[in-house]
Amino acid sequence: MENRLRVLRAERRWSQQDLAERLEVSRQSVNAIETGKYDPSLPLAFRIAELFELPIEEIFVSPSRRSSKAI
Amino acid sequence: MAQMFARRRYTWRLAASMAGYVATLVLAKYAIEDRGIAGPAAFAISVVPALCVASVFWALARLLIEEKDEYRRVLLVRELLIGSGLTLTVVTIWGFWENFGLVQHFDGWYIAPLFFVGMGVGGVVNKLTLGDSGGC
Repeated sequence: MENRLRVLRAERRWSQQDLAERLEVSRQSVNAIETGKYDPSLPLAFRIAELFELPIEEIFVSPSRRSSKAI
Repeated sequence: MAQMFARRRYTWRLAASMAGYVATLVLAKYAIEDRGIAGPAAFAISVVPALCVASVFWALARLLIEEKDEYRRVLLVRELLIGSGLTLTVVTIWGFWENFGLVQHFDGWYIAPLFFVGMGVGGVVNKLTLGDSGGC
């Protein structure tokens, strides 16, 4: 799933490891989510949103909205 | 941190299983082949190394339960599925070949090592498709 995680992380000058520690996940997880190879579960998506103090939809791009925009 | 403990526990369990396997296999061979123990006692003695191998499956199940990192859990599940799928496929094909008298009998204990090789293939598939092979 497309997302703004890398941008949000960069704005805070956090490394992937910093973000991983804040989320209590592995650095591999952060990398997989950032690159869109892995979609986080809803609880993890909420943890990410709470950490950045943003609504989920401002971090993750809804696949249905993305395809409707393309149309 | 919790995921590190899960991995460490898995490594210890795996090492204990393998050490137990080697020790009980040597003892079972000595008792049955050298001392000539037979009957129910031989069944009981020879099942112990098999249970040591089975305890690796238990260790894998515990890792799946104790691993708190959901992405690494997904990697492990993919490895387990690929390992299971490959093992079942190979054993089924071999079974048909054996049935038609094309190949020799395949000893059942080969299935466990075959499954572990299949999991290794799963790790390679994870690396190629997701860029990570850290499931197990």
